[in-house]
Amino acid sequence: MLELVIIFSYISLSLALLLAFIRMVKGPSLPDRIVALELIASIVIGLFGLNAIDTGVSAYLDIAIVLALTAFLVAIGFARFIQVRGACDN
Amino acid sequence: MIIEILVSFFIVFASIFMVLAAIGLLKFPDLPIRMHATTKSGVFATCLIMIAVALYFRQTDITARVIAIITFILITAPVAAHAIGRAAYFAGVPLWPGTIKDELGDYYSPEPDSINSSELDSIKNPEPDSIKSPELDSIKNSQKDPKN
Repeated sequence: MLELVIIFSYISLSLALLLAFIRMVKGPSLPDRIVALELIASIVIGLFGLNAIDTGVSAYLDIAIVLALTAFLVAIGFARFIQVRGACDN
Repeated sequence: MIIEILVSFFIVFASIFMVLAAIGLLKFPDLPIRMHATTKSGVFATCLIMIAVALYFRQTDITARVIAIITFILITAPVAAHAIGRAAYFAGVPLWPGTIKDELGDYYSPEPDSINSSELDSIKNPEPDSIKSPELDSIKNSQKDPKN
């Protein structure tokens, strides 16, 4: 049963990744793209956790920690960028 | 067996919440509404998957790492969302036309990039004229008259 659940979860997380990517390409303004990027980061963290369950290699959790930290720093950096430069379209 | 069922339960719920977050990000009309969709359910789904990892391995060091990830995400996600939303609002990202309430909109002027603090004082001591909403007026009247 766990194998089926893992396959289902891979498929639905990939679907979520695709939808977030569409928003990141379409996004009318820069903050929309950043919000999509943040969601993509948390989806990839979930994929790493799922991969750790699938393969039984617990080292993927370290990657998840680093990715969570990097995503936070990216969000803060982009927020500072928008405050200084303004939300430039295109 | 029970552990396997619990892990499957958490993984399925996390997948559903993540797909809902992505659909909300794609379909909602406005930046704050999109952040409302993505931040909460994205964080919730990530925490569910991490709990499933901790239940699947059942080792002390992995559980400690999972608790570290969950704590870090729960601390940083609201901070990042607040920073992005604040910067986007002050940068003038347009709101949805159907927005009912924009309380800062009357007091923020984008030209000197500042909030007019003298007008903000009227928020602390509101005069009757400054409240335009009829619903708020009816609420205030009903609070004054306990008979109604």
